[in-house]
Amino acid sequence: MTAMQRLLQLPVTAVNMVKTVQSQVQGQEEDKSPVLTPDGVHQAWYSALQPDELRHLRSGGTGGGGRGGGGGGDHEEHSSLEEGGGGGGGSIFQSQPLRHDDLKEMLDSNKDSLKLEAMKRIVAMIARGKNASDLFPAVVKNVACKNIEVKKLVYVYLVRYAEEQQDLALLSISTFQRGLKDPNQLIRASALRVLSSIRVTIIVPIMMLAIKEAASDMSPYVRKTAAHAIPKLYSLDPEQKDQLIEVIEKLLADKTTLVAGSVVMAFEEVCPERIELIHKNYRKLCNLLIDVEEWGQVVIINMLTRYARTQFLNPNMNESLLEEGSDKTFYGSDEDEDEEEEEKEKKAEAPMAKRKPYVMDPDHRLLLRNTKPLLQSRNAAVVMAVAQLYFHLAPKAEIGVIAKALVRLLRSHSEVQYVVLQNVATMSIKRRGMFEPYLKSFYIRSTDPTQIKILKLEVLTNLANETNISTILREFQTYIKSMDKDFVAATIQAIGRCATNIGEVRDTCLNGLVQLLSNRDELVVAESVVVIKKLLQMQPEKHSDIIKHMAKLTDNIQVPMARASILWLIGEYCEHVPKIAPDVLRKMAKSFTNEEDIVKLQIINLAAKLYLTNSKQTKLLTQYVLNLAKYDQNYDIRDRARFIRQLIVPTEKSGALSKYAKKLFLALKPAPVLESPFKDRDHFQLGSLSHLLNAKAGGYQELPDWPEAAPDPSVRNVEVKDSVPEWTKCSSREKRKEKKVEKPFYSDSEGESGPTESADSESDSASGSESGSGLEESGSGSESEESEEGSESEEEEEEEKDKKKKKKELKKPVQESESEQSSEEEVRKHERKNKQRKSDSESESDEEEESESESSQSESEDSESEAEVKKKKKVAEPKPPSKPVKKECKKEKKEMSLLDLDDFEPAPSPQATPLNTFLSSSLVNDLEGLSLSDAVLSPATISPSSTLKSYELLHRITGEGLSVEYCFSRQPFPPDGNMVAVQMQFTNNATSDAKNLHMEDVKLQSGMRVKEFTEIELLPAGETATAVMGIDFCDSTQAANFQLCTHTRKFFVSIQPPVGELMRPVFLTENEFKKEQGQLMGMNEISEKLTLDANCRNEHSIVQRVITAANLSRVPCGSDKECRFAGRTVTSSSLVLATVASREEGAAQLTVNCEKMVIGTMLVKDILLALTQ
Amino acid sequence: MIHSLFLINASGDIFLEKHWKSVVSRSVCDYFFEAQERASEPENVPPVIPTPHHYLISVLRHRIYFVAVIQSEVPPLFVIEFLHRVVDTFQDYFGVCTEAAIKDNVVVVYELLEEMLDNGFPLATESNILKELIKPPTILRTMVNTITGSTNVGEQLPTGQLSVVPWRRTGVKYTNNEAYFDVVEEIDAIIDKSGSTITAEIQGVIDACVKLTGMPDLTLSFMNPRLLDDVSFHPCVRFKRWEAERILSFIPPDGNFRLLSYHVSSQNLVAIPVYVKHNITFREGSSQGRFDLTLGPKQTMGKSVEAVLVSSQLPRGVLNANLNPSQGTYTFDPVTKMLTWDVGKINPQKLPSLKGSMSLQAGASKPDENPTINIQLKIQQMAISGLKVNRLDMYGEKYKPFKGIKYMTKAGKFQVRT
Repeated sequence: MTAMQRLLQLPVTAVNMVKTVQSQVQGQEEDKSPVLTPDGVHQAWYSALQPDELRHLRSGGTGGGGRGGGGGGDHEEHSSLEEGGGGGGGSIFQSQPLRHDDLKEMLDSNKDSLKLEAMKRIVAMIARGKNASDLFPAVVKNVACKNIEVKKLVYVYLVRYAEEQQDLALLSISTFQRGLKDPNQLIRASALRVLSSIRVTIIVPIMMLAIKEAASDMSPYVRKTAAHAIPKLYSLDPEQKDQLIEVIEKLLADKTTLVAGSVVMAFEEVCPERIELIHKNYRKLCNLLIDVEEWGQVVIINMLTRYARTQFLNPNMNESLLEEGSDKTFYGSDEDEDEEEEEKEKKAEAPMAKRKPYVMDPDHRLLLRNTKPLLQSRNAAVVMAVAQLYFHLAPKAEIGVIAKALVRLLRSHSEVQYVVLQNVATMSIKRRGMFEPYLKSFYIRSTDPTQIKILKLEVLTNLANETNISTILREFQTYIKSMDKDFVAATIQAIGRCATNIGEVRDTCLNGLVQLLSNRDELVVAESVVVIKKLLQMQPEKHSDIIKHMAKLTDNIQVPMARASILWLIGEYCEHVPKIAPDVLRKMAKSFTNEEDIVKLQIINLAAKLYLTNSKQTKLLTQYVLNLAKYDQNYDIRDRARFIRQLIVPTEKSGALSKYAKKLFLALKPAPVLESPFKDRDHFQLGSLSHLLNAKAGGYQELPDWPEAAPDPSVRNVEVKDSVPEWTKCSSREKRKEKKVEKPFYSDSEGESGPTESADSESDSASGSESGSGLEESGSGSESEESEEGSESEEEEEEEKDKKKKKKELKKPVQESESEQSSEEEVRKHERKNKQRKSDSESESDEEEESESESSQSESEDSESEAEVKKKKKVAEPKPPSKPVKKECKKEKKEMSLLDLDDFEPAPSPQATPLNTFLSSSLVNDLEGLSLSDAVLSPATISPSSTLKSYELLHRITGEGLSVEYCFSRQPFPPDGNMVAVQMQFTNNATSDAKNLHMEDVKLQSGMRVKEFTEIELLPAGETATAVMGIDFCDSTQAANFQLCTHTRKFFVSIQPPVGELMRPVFLTENEFKKEQGQLMGMNEISEKLTLDANCRNEHSIVQRVITAANLSRVPCGSDKECRFAGRTVTSSSLVLATVASREEGAAQLTVNCEKMVIGTMLVKDILLALTQ
Repeated sequence: MIHSLFLINASGDIFLEKHWKSVVSRSVCDYFFEAQERASEPENVPPVIPTPHHYLISVLRHRIYFVAVIQSEVPPLFVIEFLHRVVDTFQDYFGVCTEAAIKDNVVVVYELLEEMLDNGFPLATESNILKELIKPPTILRTMVNTITGSTNVGEQLPTGQLSVVPWRRTGVKYTNNEAYFDVVEEIDAIIDKSGSTITAEIQGVIDACVKLTGMPDLTLSFMNPRLLDDVSFHPCVRFKRWEAERILSFIPPDGNFRLLSYHVSSQNLVAIPVYVKHNITFREGSSQGRFDLTLGPKQTMGKSVEAVLVSSQLPRGVLNANLNPSQGTYTFDPVTKMLTWDVGKINPQKLPSLKGSMSLQAGASKPDENPTINIQLKIQQMAISGLKVNRLDMYGEKYKPFKGIKYMTKAGKFQVRT
């Protein structure tokens, strides 16, 4: 490591030196050097790098030979090799082919344009597959070039040839290492990208370090790049697996959509077997899925399919026991459920009660629900991924939804069609009903490529049943006339398969096929004969007339294959045509010498069989045929004749075998099974390469079988300890999670069990007290999910209102229909939320009705999963959360879940939280009421309202009698949660009235926004008035400048916030505080020692002063030596934590932890000032 | 995932190669050439070819094979879809995606490929992001570049990749703010010998060209959204809103994009705009065949049928065709046996027809198959399904954009069996 670092700081002269050496040995060997050997020796070697040694080593290590197979007929390469070889070891300059000298000159020049031109030509060479490796030293020098395009092209070159020129490639590493520290996230990312693409084993430790660092970068884009780098490093050095898994684990916990797809891809490449890493991230992945970029979606869905197969129970396991109707209601997913079926269900309940009823795991349902919208993706790969997920995981009744989407893909490019049809073919064997409505979409057009035609035919055959067979056969008749003979042959086979599968049409098919025997095309005839042969083998007795007919055809049919097949048939079933068979043999014996070989063989066969069954009539004929065959030109025929003669004509010499001749020839041949080549292909995961090839591809992960018993679902409960640092939007989410931990079971299964209607939903009722406590919890559990959904997927306020209305209509029926199920779920969540709100603030009477009627429903819901409840209660004994904490949490929660609906607004920065917009003033009142009660509940919190500091906006002299003061009211600003409320007090000291007080011409820094106060129409002399305006400072202390206007004058004024006003208090528990603080270490922590002011040595005054200086809230703390405060910045919701630890004699230490370092620094100054003065 | 990419032209030359991981020798393409030889038609090369160490997944577009080399399990559609996206991007950048265009812009192509994949995993495939990174070449810029030596690579850093709206670049400015939407519907149909419809369905797309300043938020609503049976969206469309209200709500990408593709439910009867009267016969024993074709408008709702092009693959036995069109021109290629008749506009008063005789190979027996007739056509200002856009609203920006909507009906895979 140290040696290497030294090397990386080699001066430029070293570059030139190595370059010289390099050019000298050019051509002797291209890509192999002893450096490559991964035995670790190279490190020592590098530390003592000397040009002479280098030369020695390089010429000594002739392990390699030239670049293999780089491209046949590549003259340029050859010439360079030759010339290089000629000068090998000799003088330096001869070895270079002339051609590249000009390029080198251009690269060495000072002009960027020349360099660029040279690089462009080099890239063009690479693109054509020509070898440009001898330019490596000249190119690599330009890695630090200022010109972006030159730089990029150098990267392209470097990545392409680094592997071949490892030692020289190292010289570029320091550039990238510098880039890794760049303040710009995009530069950091691209440096990591190139660094990790350089496949040089020696830099593995550097890469590892870089990846680890990037994995905890602030920028999600850099973290994404880190995820991309993981498989690169893994392929370079599989030894690093364990360390890489740690990084993957960390990145899996990331909450941004940008990272999710890439890290799952890394997971799949590095450690697909470590499925347990997914547990904690499962729900998050499900919820993020819809917003992940499309390529990532594919990877995540495929991985989740495998995951679900290991964690959940087979939703179709009771399938065989149930009749169709009850089956559907059982899963609660039938499209049009009516009362009759409900009746049925009740009947079906009795036998089922004995079996353990299947209840779908809510997480299983979550996955199905969240993937469904992706069927609408424009990306065929995503659609296919969802389709296979449904096929492998969904209950039978729900799989149907994928058919439509798959059929849609058939409109796409022919390659897409090809893959989709392969999968449809497999699916249609197992679930025929699913594609039946789309039968016509598989009709074949003459313009389809043959491979598509054949696949469509396969699907049509699979879909054929008694009802549609006639239309299908009519289609087939058209196909038989096609010009594409391969396709015609496939059609005939398809007809054969239809005939075997569907008894009713067997005769029709046979007749049709027999007609085809007169086709001119050999292929058609042969194929039909073969198929007829197979069909006849199934029921030979019934079809002696067809055999007779075919016997007659021997006069006309000239195609040898067909003649041979007919002869075989007659021989095989000669008992059914006892009269005709000898006659056919007679004719054949006559024409024997003119027949094709294949026919001759069958004639011998026929003769032998007839001899064995009907020797009286055919003895002479057989002798004759055998004699003819004896002198045939073809030795196969001569052999066969000799063999058969020995076998069937008993002589003294012939051994025991002839006794068995009859058994040998006339054994019952098994009827060939006509089945789809796609049968049983579904043991491969659909949509995979292995499925397509019907062979296991490298790196294929088997789709596991369903487990017998479901593994513990509680592993997916997210614990607070596992959460990542606060880069992402998670202001109050943490808290919700903590609550989940407190009552893992309730929040989990009850909160989400809504969608699964178990069969015994109406059985026994839950005990009162049980459901009471359960209800509250279920509310919180589902809400956390809801708010996540809310923030990820955009939902409009109106929409929610609509749903509320809808919910009223839907309230009554307990059993909902499938189509509305999903919306119903959401509705339910709302209901719960409403109820919760009610429990929080009793003042809401309008909701009463709703929640009342709703409670009955959730009660029944409760009872649904009661069995589960009992089971799991043993696992996790719920403990009631402490009251004050809970209330506080709920308030927080509401802010999040109700308010951040507007995710689609472009957020100022990716890590910013969704906007906390206040929806209605009534809600704000509620919240204010709550915050008042907070003060009561947690006495440590001191209301700062009395200590508000006012600032002067307009002095009465400059304002010509009008004076304006403002203060930061620290109240939420209702129209926009991201704004800081500024309360202004206007005093008219003049003698005349001031009119039309308003603001104009607002000048703001970018990103800042202002909500103007309402115009004050009249301010009489001597009066005062107040107004409130909101400013979104974007977490900066930049002033907001505007003009304050009266009816006569305009005054330029500006409002500059103290940093302490850019935050709002949040409530944290001591533990949370410590945890968060632990995550905001390093650069995010600023500590300052101070001596407290003499008046400010007790706890109360410290708290008072800090809270005056900054809008933070007190965090309860066991020790009185330490005061802790927490808040979040208004715009980006970054956490701000402050700690004042007082020691002896007024000494104290102030620590501020904040993700925004600027804010942290300023805050330290402000608080310091407040405490020391 | 994707290891390498080879571009192969119609004559079997590998004219471009790009490796994202270690270098794969181009000799791996021999397996592809083998498969190509086996296939009778260019489009019959199997998209997935297993070789001993690699798998080749290829797509054929514009007579160029894009062959991706992969080494381990990956969903084949993932690769195919990506390759098509690559072709679309080239087309977007160079106007056409031909061998010449790729060779001329080989550096841009390389830069694009470099950005689109990282270690074989797709990175930036949105055209808006790519255009921020690498500016598409224009004649003017090429000239300026050669003179000044400046570059195609964007000077700014690609902030689009970080955005929550990755498909839209930031800081878009136009003097004329305009949004155009083209509703294009294609009829896929198979008409049987007697003229009755065997299967017919309508597939439609809404292509948009949006040039609006800032971050506009658009909503598009339909008069009759129930017609749409199955839809797939550009990622910008808010799915929930569609589910709930059947309104398309989206922040559009900048420039051209496909907003929506849809399928009109098969319950609706599809109006077939033209009918074909045909009489194609071959007589046993004679070396002559008769060819007689007449076209006429059927259900066109008063709009005229334009740009009609009839093509038919005649049986192999046909040596030549001696035909007489009442309007337009026809060509017959004696090698491929492809007959094309460029009809143009159908005049309902005087129906276009093509009559004449075909000469067959002497002595050959009569072909037992009849050719199918493929028809292309266009009807302007009408969506055959009756789909109508109700209104387009814009939120989030203050200016008033110019809005335009155009309807068109085309024949998709429209075949008449004879």
